Amino acid sequence: MISLSHYLVLGAILFSLSIAGIFLNRKNVIILLMSIELMLLAVNMNFIAFSHFSGDLAGQVFVFFILTVAAAEAAIGLAILTLVFRNRQTINVQDLDEMKG
Amino acid sequence: MENIYLAIVLAPLFGAIVAGLFGRQVGRVGAHTVTILGVAVSFLLSLWVFKAHVFDGAAIHNATVYTWMVSDGIRFEVGFLVDNLTAMMMLVVTFVSLMVHIYTVGYMHDDPGYQRFFAYISLFTFSMLMLVMANNFMQLFFGWEAVGLVSYLLIGFWFKRPTAIYANMKAFIVNRVGDFGFILGIGALLLYTGSLDYYEVFAEAEGISQATISILPGTEWSLLTVACILLFIGAMGKSAQVPLHVWLPDSMEGPTPISALIHAATMVTAGIFMVARMSPLFELSTVALSFVLIIGAITAFFMGLIGIVQNDIKRVVAYSTLSQLGYMTVALGASAYAAGVFHLMTHAFFKALLFLAAGSVIMAMHHEQDIRRMGGLRKYMPITYITALIGSLALIGFPGFSGFFSKDGIIEAVSLSTTPGASFAYVLVLAGVFVTAFYSFRMFFLVFHGEERFRHVEHHAHHDDEHADDHGDDHGHHGPVEPRESPWVVTLPLILLAIPSVLAGYVVGPMLFGDFFADAIYVAEANDVLARLGEGYTGVMGYIIHGIMMPPFWLAMAGLASAWFIYMRKPSIAAAAKTRFSWIYKVLDRKYGFDEFNAFVFAGGSVGLGRALWRFGDVFFIDGLLVNGSAKTVGFISKYARFSQTGYLYHYAFAMIIGLLVLLTVFVL
Repeated sequence: MISLSHYLVLGAILFSLSIAGIFLNRKNVIILLMSIELMLLAVNMNFIAFSHFSGDLAGQVFVFFILTVAAAEAAIGLAILTLVFRNRQTINVQDLDEMKG
Repeated sequence: MENIYLAIVLAPLFGAIVAGLFGRQVGRVGAHTVTILGVAVSFLLSLWVFKAHVFDGAAIHNATVYTWMVSDGIRFEVGFLVDNLTAMMMLVVTFVSLMVHIYTVGYMHDDPGYQRFFAYISLFTFSMLMLVMANNFMQLFFGWEAVGLVSYLLIGFWFKRPTAIYANMKAFIVNRVGDFGFILGIGALLLYTGSLDYYEVFAEAEGISQATISILPGTEWSLLTVACILLFIGAMGKSAQVPLHVWLPDSMEGPTPISALIHAATMVTAGIFMVARMSPLFELSTVALSFVLIIGAITAFFMGLIGIVQNDIKRVVAYSTLSQLGYMTVALGASAYAAGVFHLMTHAFFKALLFLAAGSVIMAMHHEQDIRRMGGLRKYMPITYITALIGSLALIGFPGFSGFFSKDGIIEAVSLSTTPGASFAYVLVLAGVFVTAFYSFRMFFLVFHGEERFRHVEHHAHHDDEHADDHGDDHGHHGPVEPRESPWVVTLPLILLAIPSVLAGYVVGPMLFGDFFADAIYVAEANDVLARLGEGYTGVMGYIIHGIMMPPFWLAMAGLASAWFIYMRKPSIAAAAKTRFSWIYKVLDRKYGFDEFNAFVFAGGSVGLGRALWRFGDVFFIDGLLVNGSAKTVGFISKYARFSQTGYLYHYAFAMIIGLLVLLTVFVL
C-alpha cells in the first residue's frame, strides 16, 4: 500500500532536485525555468497527497490555481528569455552577471 | 542739566551723521559747517558745564539716562557722571577737537575724502565724550572701543597707501591686546561687585580688597591687584605704553589733524583718564601702582631716546607723545593722579599745537616730512614759527609755560613717592627731561633755523611728486618750493592753542594742591605725595622760582643748549656721534627691535601656529582622518565586500536557501 509518507518523500525529492537544478545549472536559463516549474510541481504533489488523505478537496482546487499561475509564469519567463536572447545573443547564465559588484 | 549733557554728546554725533551719510548732498562747505557747528555747540556747553561745576560749585551729577537692559540684576545703562575731572576732560576734548576741525578746513582742502574726514573726526569727538562722561564701565568700554574704531578708520584714511593700511591694522590689533586685558579687568570687578556702576564698584572696593583669586592653581593673587593690572593693560594699549606702544608711531600715516586730535591730545589720554577715574581701586593695590610706575618710567625715558634719531617731523612728535604719556603714567603710579591729569591737560594743548604746527610746515613743504630737507623756515612762516616755539618750550618745561608746571609737579611727586620702584622712575624721568629738550629743539632748529636745505634736495626724492603738483599749481615754478605761511584757518587754531599752552599751567595751585579733584580722585593718606608737596607751595611765583633751582630745569636747558650746539654750530658732531656710537644709533633706529620682535614672535608665531593647525588640524585630522579617512575606510571595506556580489543568479539563490534554512532553524526549532 502506498502511504502518505511515500508521496511526501517523492515531493521532497522533486523539490531537492529542482533546488539542485537551480544551483548547479550554469549554462541555460531555460533549465532554470524548468527547475522552478519542477519546484511548483513538488509542492503540488504535497497538496494532492494531503488533500487525498484528509479527504478535503480544497487542496486539489489550489493545485489547479497553481498550475494556472505556473503556466502564466512560464509564458512570461519565456517571453523575457526571448528578449534577453535578442538583446544579448546568449542565454548562458554565466554571462548574465549585470549585478556583479 | 541732563539735557545739556545730552546735547554736548549728541551735537557732534549729529554732525558726523550729516557729514558722513549725506556728505554728497550737503557738499564740502555743508559738511564742514555742520560738523564745526556741532563741535562748537559742544564746546560752548562744555564751557558752561565747566563753569557750573568748577566756579559755581554745582553738585556732582551722576544719573542714568537710559537703561539698555537688565540681566540677572546687572544693569547695562547709559549714564553721565560729571564732576570736576569730567568737566575738565570735556573742555579739553571739545576745545582741541574744535581747533582741529577748523584746521582741517585748510589742511584737507584738496582731499577727495573731505566730508568723510569731517564725519570721522566728529564721530571721534562723540566717542571720546561718551568715554569721559560715562558713569559705568559698559559705557566706558563703549567709548573705549568707539575711539579705537575711529582711530582705525582715520589712520587708514588714505586707504590707497599700503603703509596706511598696515599701520591701521597694526593699531587695531595692538589695541585689541590691550582691550582684552581691559574687558577682563571689568569682568573681574563685575564678578566680585556685581555692578558696572562706578560708584557702586568703588563703594565695594574696600570690601573686596582682601579677596584673592587663584588664576594658576595653587597661587593666591589679590583680586584688586589683578583687576587693576588688567585695567591698566587696557590703558597701556590705548595710551601706548611699552610694550604696547608700537602702534602709535605708525599711526602717523594718517592725516596730520588726526595725529593732533587723536594720537596726541585726546584718545591716547583715555588710559590716563581711566586710571585716574579708577583711583579708588588703584589706591588699594600697591603692586598695581608699582607696575604702573615702572611701565610709565620706561616709556617716558626710552621712547624719548628714539625721538632723537627720527627724521620724520611727525614721528619726532609722535615719540615725544609716547614719552609724555609715560610721564603721565609715572604720575599715576606715584599716586599723583592730579599731576597726571594736569599734565594730560597741558600736554593736550601744547602737543596738539606742535602737531598742527608740524602739519602747517608739511603743507608749506608740499608734503615733505623729512626734517633734513627743511631748515630756515623761520622767515617764511612767522606764525607757525612762534607757535611752534611756544609749543616746544611748553613741552620741555620751560618755566612759565604750561608744561613746566605739570611736568615739574610729576617729577617732584615721584621724588617724594614711596611706591616701590619710585627711585628707579625718578632717575628715568629726570634723564627724560634732558632727552625731551634735546629732541624737541633738534627738530625745532632743523626745521626753522639754519640753512634752507629744501633748496638743494628738491630734485632728489620728490621730483616726480613735485612735477605732477607743479603743473596744476598756481605757483607755476619748476625750481624748489617757495614756502609760504599757511592760510588763516590753519594759523588761527595754532594761535588759539598757543594761548592755553602758555596759560594753562597757572592753575597749578588749585589743580595739584587744592581740592579741584577732591571729589573725583581718591588718594590714600600714605600715598598722598601731592599733599606733602603742597605744604611747600606758596603760589605760582614761588613754584617757578623753586623750579628754576631744581635739576629738571637745568637738564632741560642743557638739552636745549646741546641741541643748539650740535645741530646749529657743529653739525659734524652729530655725524661723528652717529658713526662713533653706531650700535646705539642702530638700536634706537630699530626702536629697540620691538617691531621685529612682534613681527617675528607674535606675527610669525601666529602664522606658524596657524600653519601648524592647518597642517595638523585641518589637512591631517579633519580632511585626512575624518572626511577622506571615513571615505577611504568605506572604500577599503567595500573593495573586498564587493566580491560577495558575483552577479550570478545561482549564488543569490543559494544564499536565499541557506538563509531560509538558518531562519527556519532559529524560529522553528
